[in-house]
Amino acid sequence: MTPFLPVAILMASLCAAPLNMFVPENATRLRWLVNIGAASLKLGFVIWLVRVVAQGGAPNLRFNVAPGLDFHLQADALSVLFLSLSALLWLITTVYAIGYLAHGAGRSRFFCFFSLCVASTAGIAMAGNLFTFLIFFELLTLATYPLVVHRGTADAHRAGRIYLAYTLGGGLALTLGTIWLYALAGDVTFTPRGMLGDLPQTHPVALTLIFILLIGGVGVKAALVPLHGWLPLSMVAPAPVSALLHAVAVVKAGAFGIMRIVYDVYGIETAQLLGLATPLALLAGATIMWGSICALTQDDLKKRLAYSTVSQVSYITLGIALASPLAAIGGLTHLIHQGIMKITLFLAAGNFAEGHGVKKVSQMDGMGRLMPVSMFAFTIGALGMIGIPPLAGFLSKWYLGAGGLQAGQPAVIALLAASSLLNAAYFLPILHRAWFRAPPVGRKPGRNLGWMMVVPPALTAGLIIAAGLFANAPFSPLGWTRFIVSLEYL
Amino acid sequence: MTPDFIYIFAGAGLVGLAMYRLATRRDMLLRVLALNFLAIGVAMILQASAFGETLTDAVPQAFVLTGIVVLVGVTAALLALAEQIDGHDDE
Amino acid sequence: MMSELSLIVLLPLLAAVGAAAMPRSAGLWGLGATVVTAALAVSLALGLMNGGGRMVAISGMAAPLGIRFVADGLSVLMVLMTSSVSIAVALQASSWGVWPNRVVPERAASLRAGFWPLWLATMAAMNALFLSGDLFNIYVAFEILGLTAVGLTALSGTPAALRASFDYLSAGLVGSLLLLLGVAMAYSAIGRVDIAAVPVLSDLVSGRIALGLIVAGLAVKAALFPLHFWMPAAHSSATPVASALLSALVVKAAIYVILRLSIESGDAMGSLRLALALMGTCAMFWGAYGAIRATRLKLLVAHSTVAQVGLIVMAIAVSGETAQYAGFWQAAALLMVSHALAKAAMFIAVGRIAEELGHDRISGLNRDELRPAAAEFAFGIAAVSLIGLPPTAGFIGKWMLIDGLIEREAWIWVALVLTGTAMTAAYLSRVVSRFLRGGPHISARAEQPAWRIGDLAALGLATVALLLGLASALPLALLEVTVL
Repeated sequence: MTPFLPVAILMASLCAAPLNMFVPENATRLRWLVNIGAASLKLGFVIWLVRVVAQGGAPNLRFNVAPGLDFHLQADALSVLFLSLSALLWLITTVYAIGYLAHGAGRSRFFCFFSLCVASTAGIAMAGNLFTFLIFFELLTLATYPLVVHRGTADAHRAGRIYLAYTLGGGLALTLGTIWLYALAGDVTFTPRGMLGDLPQTHPVALTLIFILLIGGVGVKAALVPLHGWLPLSMVAPAPVSALLHAVAVVKAGAFGIMRIVYDVYGIETAQLLGLATPLALLAGATIMWGSICALTQDDLKKRLAYSTVSQVSYITLGIALASPLAAIGGLTHLIHQGIMKITLFLAAGNFAEGHGVKKVSQMDGMGRLMPVSMFAFTIGALGMIGIPPLAGFLSKWYLGAGGLQAGQPAVIALLAASSLLNAAYFLPILHRAWFRAPPVGRKPGRNLGWMMVVPPALTAGLIIAAGLFANAPFSPLGWTRFIVSLEYL
Repeated sequence: MTPDFIYIFAGAGLVGLAMYRLATRRDMLLRVLALNFLAIGVAMILQASAFGETLTDAVPQAFVLTGIVVLVGVTAALLALAEQIDGHDDE
Repeated sequence: MMSELSLIVLLPLLAAVGAAAMPRSAGLWGLGATVVTAALAVSLALGLMNGGGRMVAISGMAAPLGIRFVADGLSVLMVLMTSSVSIAVALQASSWGVWPNRVVPERAASLRAGFWPLWLATMAAMNALFLSGDLFNIYVAFEILGLTAVGLTALSGTPAALRASFDYLSAGLVGSLLLLLGVAMAYSAIGRVDIAAVPVLSDLVSGRIALGLIVAGLAVKAALFPLHFWMPAAHSSATPVASALLSALVVKAAIYVILRLSIESGDAMGSLRLALALMGTCAMFWGAYGAIRATRLKLLVAHSTVAQVGLIVMAIAVSGETAQYAGFWQAAALLMVSHALAKAAMFIAVGRIAEELGHDRISGLNRDELRPAAAEFAFGIAAVSLIGLPPTAGFIGKWMLIDGLIEREAWIWVALVLTGTAMTAAYLSRVVSRFLRGGPHISARAEQPAWRIGDLAALGLATVALLLGLASALPLALLEVTVL
């Protein structure tokens, strides 16, 4: 029983990948069956896993690969948090993607790599040591690349090249850091409070360098400044890709990696001891500001959302780096909330582009009248990002602010306030245009979006509201993160 | 001047000559001949090591024999290839 | 009473004679012998895991006159590597027809008649080499190998192939002569030439010179920079099946002997090791540079072999203090196996692509209406293995290598390995991005050719290389087995 669940979760998406390659291009029903079936199966397994872990179980799989190297899958509370986010959003995005690509070409290839991405994300979530984490982290790079260049245009390939350069480079840094740490510390199993023993006393310089390598490696995916250059460019990918991957899988995997490294490898105390936590917090703060400022100047809607992602993901990093439990709760909860909000925004943006050819903010006039459901979803997402209660985003910012005070850094509150103002500055004009202006005359409507493209963003918007309203429910993201953080700090 | 010194020097001389030819000439037949010289030079050096106090040692001689056999086979293959290449060039 | 060891060598040789005598059934002889040899190899490996290493003295005579076959973990791993690649290649070669009574085009028939005897003889020579217990037998095996490998290169009969074969054979002869000279010097120094005598050799000055000559000869045969000039032309002008075998297996023979000598000589031979490491590093960069500039797929893959050979030789050379860290040479062995699988898959895939498109120019890959997707996919997976990304065996090999280097604080070497990896990623991703370019959005009529057995072979090999990383415990356990 013990290794069954992790393996099953992994296999659900891993087996869907080659199956997809054999689905003929136009066999929509079969494709539906394979993908929705796999996604539902996976979600079912994840729910089962949540219950097992909540009751104290710890399913795991472990076998030896080379001397001193074990492949280790472990489902703990943090894995389950990330897993449930990705499994639920995968299901929703698959529905959307089938609708979005309805008559596009290369669908089989697309869904094959889509499944591989989700499998890699599941592997990252369930990795029990740094070696296994590295394996799936690199697999994620390989699986996302064909999706980024899916459109096949010169622009797409330029973006793909840059994406590959950034992520493979980050991968090299991560690999070097991992091997080095293994050479020093043996098997680097993720343990709350860190597992370095007394290495910080004996090898402070080495550990600092390793930290830089590791954080740099995962930081590329987490879009930490100055490693964020690939993210706005990769917006040439189709909307489902931008939504799931760059709002949920890739970027969150990076943030998740930072979480694992700071909490479960180094431990927050060791990180502070080595003087590493403060620079990380500063970097996160800089990213928050820089992302928001750049978002202001972007007219292209998806690029504006991309820079917003750059900024928002660093809330998570900030929450981790400030050595206070409340900040950690805020950051970790934001991982979930930001994922749901961003996916809503991107799915809605995809609808605007496909439905009316609207890709720029300046074209958004009257969108509320033309596409009310999608625009409503977009509005909820935007308000959540700004941090309006009782939506999801408000809670995480609240905890972050409280955490900043707890850590003795009142500057954090100023940062959060400034960032929220900037968020408002780049989101509210869009909302104003959409709801309070008339649509331009003579615009040709694009294709008719089916329910597959309209329902998902509405669904995720509902989730934003629910996550905010029912934050104190037993299985809410907030309750879960409180539990996780208590393991680290108490 | 004992026989083995003669062998060694002669062998080394042949090897040097052959290497020079290999490095400077591109013509195929000349290269085949140079390779033969190289092999014979090496064989002579090997023979020199076979000289013992009273009895000659059979094992290095076996090495030399093998080398010569190989040389014959390889030369045949080289010449066949050279002829095929020339055949193509003439067409 | 034939032992398994002798059978593994003898069977392919006899089958080669059979295939040469009966050209129409050459395919049958070939497939049959390949499968049976593979089965023998697997049973040998299983026997080794249970019972430890084995030694067989041919015709009962002892060293220095007798010939011995020695099967320890490393040799058997190499034999297994040869067998698994052979099966895949045999599947691809079966597209030239297997059953004697079926009619095939004349060109395919002549290729088939030539390929099988040559390849079976090559396989016999390689197995003999891997299982040899003394240096002179290794020399003899190299001679057979040299002639048959040249035959494989010249098989396609094009002027470029013939010219490349000529250069290959000439270089091979020079390498053999160096090897012979070294072996004879070793004999005159200590009166023995078995492999167990190498530690004794490295203590004497004349022995060290002998070892140097041997390694020089091996370096020519392995196409180690700067003696690699014959390789790119030979591997790129041969038929893809032959290229797969040459790149994946034949070069491994020479590298295997270098590895063996390195293990036996232990801590000694510092300057030789340094020279090998430097040459390996230069090979890595030079091959990568050649691959980056290549305009044809086959040339790119051939240059990639030069680079990978450099990496493997560097891994062998830095394994100086073997007592301190045995992982080095195991890393090298793992890299060899991973490279063999991936490179063979790559060449078979390239062969399929060229077969479908009619050319192998990189710039023309996405311009055609025909997209050989299965072969391209196989190429992509093989590329992952060559770059050394997880979870492939190449990754585990590089991990062990870098781990050992970090423990010895050899930071420069670490940086060199990582740079080599980055360059490999650069030229391979160039090709893979071409595969994904244009795409169905631009060329809506892009169609895929029918699947052939070669696609399956390439995909199978590439997938094994991909997943072997996670199963690395198996080959590593095999490598632990030594002869008592």
